Amino acid sequence: MAQDVASLIAQVQAAYARSIDNGDLGAWPDFFEEQCTYKITTADNHSQGLEAGIVFANSRAMLVDRVTSLREANVYERHTYRHFLGQPWIQSQDGGQVRSETSFFVVRIMRDGTTDIYATGRYLDLYALQGSSAKLIERIVVCDSSRFDTLLALPL
Amino acid sequence: MQSQASAGHNPTELRAWPEPGLTRVPYWLFQDRQVYAAEQRRLFQGPLWNFLCLAAEVPNVGDFRTTAVGDASVIVTRDADGELYAFENRCAHRGALIALEPRGNAKDFSCVYHAWTYDRQGNLIGVAFKDGVKGKGGMPPSFCMQDHGPRKLRVAELCGLVFGSFSDTVPPLEEHLGEAIGPRIERVLAGRKPVVLGRYTQALPNNWKLYMENVKDSYHASILHLFFTTFELNRLSQRGGIIVDPSGGHHVSFSAIDAQAEKDAEYAKQSIRSESAYRLADPSLLQGFKEFADDITLQILSVFPTFVLQQIQNTIAVRQIVPRGTHRTDLNWTLIGFADDTPEQRLMRLKQANLIGPAGYVSMEDGCVGGFVQRGIAGAGDERAVVEMGGSGAESSESRVTEASVRGFWKAYRASMGL
Repeated sequence: MAQDVASLIAQVQAAYARSIDNGDLGAWPDFFEEQCTYKITTADNHSQGLEAGIVFANSRAMLVDRVTSLREANVYERHTYRHFLGQPWIQSQDGGQVRSETSFFVVRIMRDGTTDIYATGRYLDLYALQGSSAKLIERIVVCDSSRFDTLLALPL
Repeated sequence: MQSQASAGHNPTELRAWPEPGLTRVPYWLFQDRQVYAAEQRRLFQGPLWNFLCLAAEVPNVGDFRTTAVGDASVIVTRDADGELYAFENRCAHRGALIALEPRGNAKDFSCVYHAWTYDRQGNLIGVAFKDGVKGKGGMPPSFCMQDHGPRKLRVAELCGLVFGSFSDTVPPLEEHLGEAIGPRIERVLAGRKPVVLGRYTQALPNNWKLYMENVKDSYHASILHLFFTTFELNRLSQRGGIIVDPSGGHHVSFSAIDAQAEKDAEYAKQSIRSESAYRLADPSLLQGFKEFADDITLQILSVFPTFVLQQIQNTIAVRQIVPRGTHRTDLNWTLIGFADDTPEQRLMRLKQANLIGPAGYVSMEDGCVGGFVQRGIAGAGDERAVVEMGGSGAESSESRVTEASVRGFWKAYRASMGL
């Protein structure tokens, strides 16, 4: 069972990363429950219990708004990410909910080909299991570094 | 030898400002290493006040925080007398950093290299093996610890903002800020207990002055930042303006809700259909709370050379600008709440924090636009920027369609740099 949960979450997370990296940003909010929390913060803030993040949403609608804003309003140089995810570590499972932690490594590719390590860190997740699928109730993206180069447009 | 000295050989000699006035800004200012070196001496270590940290970050005796004034790493501490002190984070022995951690609590500071030790005011109080071992080695008898130490900074505080200066001749902070700026800092912070909600650094791919120009440039706001326009969140009924202090170096840009016009606009809106297809799916982001006695919803305030205090609705933050060479800048954001925030108010601050920072709906563009300029001017050091919107002066104005505060920056810059 534990193995099944780990592979289910690995599969869902692979699809999550794929939607961002392949430019299907519109699908990204669908990985979350309607009532959800998504936050991008730093390891420094997280370890000190400081609440504010780079991005904060407490509803799927706020994630939809971020996608709309990125597509229609915000100005930034065209770029893509490539996510590399570690194996999910299943912290606990309680009924239909699973807490897990997964390392990520994100490379940013600018339109001129410049390719840099953009962010590393870990996802602190709470998933709701739904049959053969799982949706995020909470994803706290804890970036190892407190430095963000230029700007953060695409989600992590 | 002296007869050979010329502008080309003298490292302290800067190129001349190309023409009188403030409406043409030469691009070599953003590229030249000599300019950068002169800025370190004349601005960051000159007779000006630079932001160090929040007093709330060092509340207790022994608390310290490391920060930066230009290239110089600086330690801010609170000693047993309750006062704040600041000194260079540079061992007087061989120059190593004294404190490696960004913050902490310490009785004293000991350099890891040879254990030279400093008290919380930056005085040298210990030198390892000073008297040698078994009568051999050690410092000469003439060595006097009082003669050695990192440079100390003057420290001044206003509303919990801590500023420092390397200069002994700097005017008092209140005088530096003047009547135009001090009260508008107090408007946001006075009588309140700030708490840090979070911090992050945005690494900007451009010279620090391009960011300061951007902060002071009220002309670009509605053009580059389209979030409010796209979601039709602009209010026709806004009034605002800019304030430029007499030195030119400090500014305030603000907008406020005009209550009567708001009422009229609400009536008018009944019959107007929107042209934009976009609406926020979750508009709670902008359902802020009444925090100030006035109707000002946005106040961007800068203190020359490198400090910004912002209020964007209920998002309060300070921005410290740290140059990292001619082509790189660190923008250190500290988000602020207040001790008496209700949980609802705190949640609103967290939500509205989406407006600012590297991922900010109304600020992410500022992270890249300086880089666009830096790259655009790469082969054009002898060309000049045109800064003429709103005329040639650097005075306060009711219109924000002006570059007056950008010209103000250059006015203060030229005065401080002797350019």
